[in-house]
Order: sequence, then C-alpha cells, then structure tokens
Amino acid sequence: MVTNIIEVKDINKSFSISSKRPGIQGTIKHFFNRKTIEKKVVKNINFEIKKGEIVGFLGANGAGKTTILKILCGLLYPSNGYISVAGSLPFEREASFLKKITLIMGQKQQLIWDIPPIDSFYLNASIYGIEKKEAIRRIKELSEMLEIDSELYLPVRKLSLGQRMKAELLAALIHRPSILFLDEPTLGLDINAQANLRKFLKIYNKQTGATILLTSHYMKDITYLCKRVICIHEGYITYDGKLEKLLTKLSPNKDVSIICKSIKDIENLKKLNLEIKNINDNQITFTINKLDFKNTLKEILNKFDIEDLQITEPPIDEVIGKVLINKK
Amino acid sequence: MEIWNKKVYCYGFMNIKKYLQVYSYFNYSSFSIELEYKINLFIDLLTSILGLIGSVFLLSIFFSNTDKIGGWDFNQALIIQGIYTILNGVTNTWFNPNLKEIVKYIREGTLDYVLLKPIDSQFWISFKRISPTGLIEILLGFFVLSYCFYLNNISFTIWSLNLLIITLICSISILYSLWFLISTTTIWFVKTWNATEVLRSFLYMGRFPMDSFSFSLRIFFSTVIPITFITTIPSEVLLGLSPAWKIILEILVSMTFLIFSRRFWKYALKFYTSASS
Repeated sequence: MVTNIIEVKDINKSFSISSKRPGIQGTIKHFFNRKTIEKKVVKNINFEIKKGEIVGFLGANGAGKTTILKILCGLLYPSNGYISVAGSLPFEREASFLKKITLIMGQKQQLIWDIPPIDSFYLNASIYGIEKKEAIRRIKELSEMLEIDSELYLPVRKLSLGQRMKAELLAALIHRPSILFLDEPTLGLDINAQANLRKFLKIYNKQTGATILLTSHYMKDITYLCKRVICIHEGYITYDGKLEKLLTKLSPNKDVSIICKSIKDIENLKKLNLEIKNINDNQITFTINKLDFKNTLKEILNKFDIEDLQITEPPIDEVIGKVLINKK
Repeated sequence: MEIWNKKVYCYGFMNIKKYLQVYSYFNYSSFSIELEYKINLFIDLLTSILGLIGSVFLLSIFFSNTDKIGGWDFNQALIIQGIYTILNGVTNTWFNPNLKEIVKYIREGTLDYVLLKPIDSQFWISFKRISPTGLIEILLGFFVLSYCFYLNNISFTIWSLNLLIITLICSISILYSLWFLISTTTIWFVKTWNATEVLRSFLYMGRFPMDSFSFSLRIFFSTVIPITFITTIPSEVLLGLSPAWKIILEILVSMTFLIFSRRFWKYALKFYTSASS
C-alpha cells in the first residue's frame, strides 16, 4: 500500500494587506494612517498526496497556489489547520525535514550571480553535509540527465534562461530530495527548454520515486507530467482528481468533420440522429459526446464511403481556462 | 544525560565541522566575486586608506587648540581612532555586505531559499558575504594601535592582551547585534536600510572618548545605543585605565544584545510572509 506523504486538513491562511488610494492625497493618507485589511488567501484546504505522485496545482493568478506550496514547505505558518509533510510539521523546519524537500521557483534564483554554478553546487553540498567526492558524483549524474556540461563553469550571469534553470534544478536536487515543490518552473523558457525540463522531471520521478507538486500556467507541463490535478479558485479547492476526468467533465464532446464523396452522402449523414455543427458543400461537422464517440464513429465508417475525416477537441488551455474562472 | 552528551559532542562537533566548511565556501565565493571586478577592489582599498587619513586629520584639528579633550590627549585619543578603524573594518568586511542584503532577501523573497536550507538562517545572513577590502582596514587599525603602543609607552602583558581581545570581541558583538536588530525589522517594514545608515553615523561618534561628551549624551551613547562602550572601553583597557566593573559591564551588555538579537530574529521570522510570485 502506498502511504500518504502529504496530509493537509482544514488549512486556512490570512494575510494583512495595506491598500493605498491613488494620487498624492492617497499617498500622504497611506503614510500617516495605513489601513490594513485581512485577506483570506487559503480557505479550508484538504487533500492527501501519495508517495511518488506528480500533482499539478491549477488556478488563476492570485488563486492561492503558491501560498499553499509555501505552507507545505514550511515557509509560511498556516492560520489554522493540520499539515504533515514526510511525517513532519513543515513550519518547524527541522533539519531532517529540510533535507527531504526542495523548492524551485521559476522567477527566483538561488545560484550566486557572479560566479559559475559549480561553486554554488559545492556550497549547497556542504550545507547538506555531502562529502566532496559524493558531491562530484551527484553533479556528474545530474548534469548528464540535464544535458549541461561546460555551462557549469561559466558565471551564472552569462547563461541563458534555459541553462540557468537547468543549473537551478541541479542546485536544488543535489541533496536528492524526496519531495519537490515546483512553482512555475518553466516560466519564460522557450519551447525546447520547456520540453527538456518536463522530460527531466518525468525521468527524475521515475528513477527516484520522488513526489512532485507543481504549479504552472503552461498546460503542456500539466498534461505531460500530472495524472492528478488540484484546481484552486479564490483560495478554495474546486476540483481534486484525475486530469482526464476533469477534461471529460469540462469538455464532454469532440467535433468530427467528414468530407464525403457525394452530396448524397451528406444528406444521408444528416439523417443520423447527431448534433450538426456545420455544413459546407460536401463537408459536414458533428459534435459527438465522448462517451458515444467510438460507436458512432464506427457506424459512420461502416455505412458511408468517406473521403476524409478530421477529429478536433477544444484546446486544453481553453478548457482549463473555464475551471480557472468558474468556482464550480 | 546520554542524549545530551550525544547532542553536544557528536552533533555539536559535526555541526562545527559543517559550519566551518560552509563558511570556507562563503569566503571562497565572496573572494571570487570580488576578483571578478578588479577596479572596484582597487577603489575600495583606496577609500579605506583615505578614510583613515581623513579621520586622523580631523582628530588633529580637534587637538590643534587644546592638549586634552575629556581628559584624553592626542596620543591616547589615537588609540580610540585605531579601535574605531578596526571596528569600521569589521563593519565593512562582514556587517555591511551581509546585513545590507537582508532588505534584498525580503523584498525579492529569496529568503525562502535560506529558510529552506538545513543551516542556521542567522548564520547564513550574517556571514554569506565578505568584503576583503575591509580586512585591509582592520590591518590599518592594528597598525595604528601598534604605533600608539610606541607613542604612549604602553608595556604589554599577556593579561592586558587577553583583556583587549575580550573587550574587542564584546564591542564587535554589540555592534553586530545593533545592526542585526535593525536589519531584522525589515521583515515588518521591508525597507529599513536608512536606519542602519543612522547607526553608522552614530558609530562615527565612537571615534571620540566617552568623557568628551556631555552627561546626557554619555548616558544615551552608553545605554540606548552603546556606541561609546564599543571604542572607549577597549582603549581604556589598553591604557590600563579601565576599572573591572566597566569590563564586566561591557561583557554583560554584549551578551544581552547578542541573545536579544537572536531571539528577535526567531520571533520576526514568524511574521515573514515571503514575496508574492
């Protein structure tokens, strides 16, 4: 039986935020009499994550995804509730707990800017109590997986964003953490760099059995890596389950465009009890429910002599977009 | 008792070894960064030498019309200048490059990375960077002090040397705690760098003997911001003028400040909200 590595029960988190009115008058008022409001950013969150799972957090900007990640890795104290990560209370930040986790943020860096990444790796290795020989072995192993080599000896400021992100990953994984918290790791990377990073994370998960929690606005990251997603809207969890099930729920139909050899076939196709989306000369487009899709398509192919066929689904970004703006 | 022994002897020793190793990496990376910018290194070196010349010149102006200020003659006041130069060097070597960074850590949210490392966050924040040019200032300070031994005909004993080292360590601890306390408030107020600049201006006051100030200022600089403690007591120790109670008081003050600054940091971290992504 696979055990839960993360357990979250009734977590809430509030922040005091000061707001300022525009203009010089607002600025002066803000200086002398700062008004703060209590904003609840995480509300009654409950979930469990099993060892080795890759879970994606989906939500619009400001939904509370990063706050949840930061609570889980012990950076923020929850206002109330219970959390257990790898058997520890994260906010106690015990050394044994910190050695099991890592946080990678796409928009922030831990590498020292003016010197080569290799120096930052050795520094990190010494912090985690890794002997130099072992550190060299791990750096070699990870750099081969990440396909970086000569870049390790160039100052960080001279590296491209993609190379820097790879180096950031290496620095964050040198202690072989069993839980990875990734906050938009592919942010700003080009398509190839994004694909390489995704590939690496999948291999790392397979080889080490590490649990990965990921937030990303790139749907390809989510669809490639995560079987399970947790959708967050204004601090609440609106969905927690399989990605495939979510997609079926949000987009239950597929469009099938059929090009027939004769207009007669179009007339016969019309007689089928299917929802017609569009007709254009000898081309007809149906909207078919995913549940009946296989049988319906079989029937069409058996009965009609068709010239071409095209199946389309709404883009995944569009489908997920629905979940980001709707609470339910 | 057995667990306690294990904690202190086994983990304690391992920890010291680990922290020394990490500290050597800190120093190595800082030197590497400094050496990347050669001209900057040269300018910093020049600034420290000119700073010392300027201070001695200022002191000589004060003494041009009088032989003594607050009971201290020029040769004795020069000892305070030497101590001040050493402490200013310590400030420039460790406090300035590190504690200035706290604002950056908090504004940019990179403190997250520090807090998630299995290492003491105060140690990281206080010792990550080192500015080698400050070390030159420390050497200059010791040079001035050695010259003062000759000027004041100071006879040296192991006892007085030990007392000097103890009081200097206490002075550095007080100075560090004050800087760290102010920098810690960044967690609530985000930008408090100006406050450390004010502290730096107060430190300039430490170039003059405590007795040269009025009674109220003496109270202020001995209790609220114990700047005069920092330079005057080690100088008095060197001249054999310091009574034992003053030394004990300095030790107590430095320990109180150190403990308080550490507790304050731990307390402040509970309010750290991290920067938004």
